[in-house]
Amino acid sequence: MLSISGLRSAHGGPFDLELGRGECATVVGPSGVGKSLFLRLVADLDPGSGSVQLDHRLRESWPPVAWRRQVVYQAAEPAWWHPTVQPHFPADSMECVRASLAPLHLPTAVLDAEVTRLSTGERQRLALLRSLSRAPVVLLLDEPTASLDEASTLAVEALLQDRVRGGLSIVWVTHSTEQAARVSHRRYGMTREGLRSL
Amino acid sequence: MAAALVLASAAASVLLHLDLHRQVLWAATRMVVQLLLVGLLLRFVFKAASPAVTLAIVVLMIGAAAREVAVRPTRRLRSAGNHRISIAVVGISSVATVALALMTAIRPDPWYDPRYAIPLMGIVLGSVLNSASLGLDGFLEGVVIRRPAIEAQLALGASIHEALGELLRSSIRRAMIPIVNQMSAAGIITLPGIMTGQLLAGMDPIEAVKYQILLLFLLTGAGGLAAAGAVYLAARAITDERQRLRLDRLATASTRSGRR
Repeated sequence: MLSISGLRSAHGGPFDLELGRGECATVVGPSGVGKSLFLRLVADLDPGSGSVQLDHRLRESWPPVAWRRQVVYQAAEPAWWHPTVQPHFPADSMECVRASLAPLHLPTAVLDAEVTRLSTGERQRLALLRSLSRAPVVLLLDEPTASLDEASTLAVEALLQDRVRGGLSIVWVTHSTEQAARVSHRRYGMTREGLRSL
Repeated sequence: MAAALVLASAAASVLLHLDLHRQVLWAATRMVVQLLLVGLLLRFVFKAASPAVTLAIVVLMIGAAAREVAVRPTRRLRSAGNHRISIAVVGISSVATVALALMTAIRPDPWYDPRYAIPLMGIVLGSVLNSASLGLDGFLEGVVIRRPAIEAQLALGASIHEALGELLRSSIRRAMIPIVNQMSAAGIITLPGIMTGQLLAGMDPIEAVKYQILLLFLLTGAGGLAAAGAVYLAARAITDERQRLRLDRLATASTRSGRR
């Protein structure tokens, strides 16, 4: 359902990737090779050339806001624009968000906390819930467990695998080949020459 | 007598080893020469009462103000973007405000009488220059600092207007602070310069106050227009048709110096 062909910018590419509904594709590669650039290009945050299609419909035919509501991107260091946590979530998603806190080892009170008082790991897990609260069709994750301990990492993986079984598609950038082996339906490796299926 | 006060300041600098006396004396000399030249020029312009000469002076004033607005911000848009924005904003806000004042409130005959048009344009440009500079500088600096938060919102499906909203509002608010302060202080903390001059010339205080109120309203209107115009045009310049943030349209230090 997500089909990427010849995607490139002045700073990297070309990238090709195929992803079905309810699948997880991992992308591994050394630092600085262009993994984040690739995700930003798919999310249409940076200009580039090439073809990106969702359900056989070209990205350019989607209004940009509509595209990014379907294809949500989460950066490796998620940013926050309000002093407290709760305003970052849509009001109609709060019930689902509260239900997801415990599986990620987060206390309920975290929703009323000031963002600056949270640990890096807490912010990273909350950012994931923030991305999921938009109910995307495709989720682009840039190292979503980089700041987490082993228990939290496995909790995040379990949550995401559950969502994948429910139909969510994920492109997951990770530096961990072990994690890629645990969560992938498809595996890709990125080098300076581009993206290739493993 | 007044010159003696400047000389006294210079003497104090020598006595206290402040090393400011040369700057004080040079600045005072420049000021006298510049103002005398301006006075001679204005005498000629007022005598000529020519719409072409008045227009030429006004265009020069707007051009000088626009240049100051363009070069003041720390961040610059590529391809003279700051200059394009400043010319549009400074030109439209100042001409619209002054023309409105001349044709409705002041109504000299002819309406473009340089004795009214040029001083009014000068005062309005002062306010426009401050507001537009602060707005442009605040927005361009803010968009770089807040880039991660802005793009985080875009990446979650927010529109560019939603993602930039808080920065737009804070930039315009910041640009309006000087004029709001000026209005708040007028009459209680300070007597504005124009009003002071009119009182010294013997005008009735109530008449002087009426002109001052009109001027402050004009300055507020022009300043607000300039601030909002500069910020919104900068926002358009820094985004594209796919609602992406395009910080590559900001000049880097090497491109500003012409190096590759």
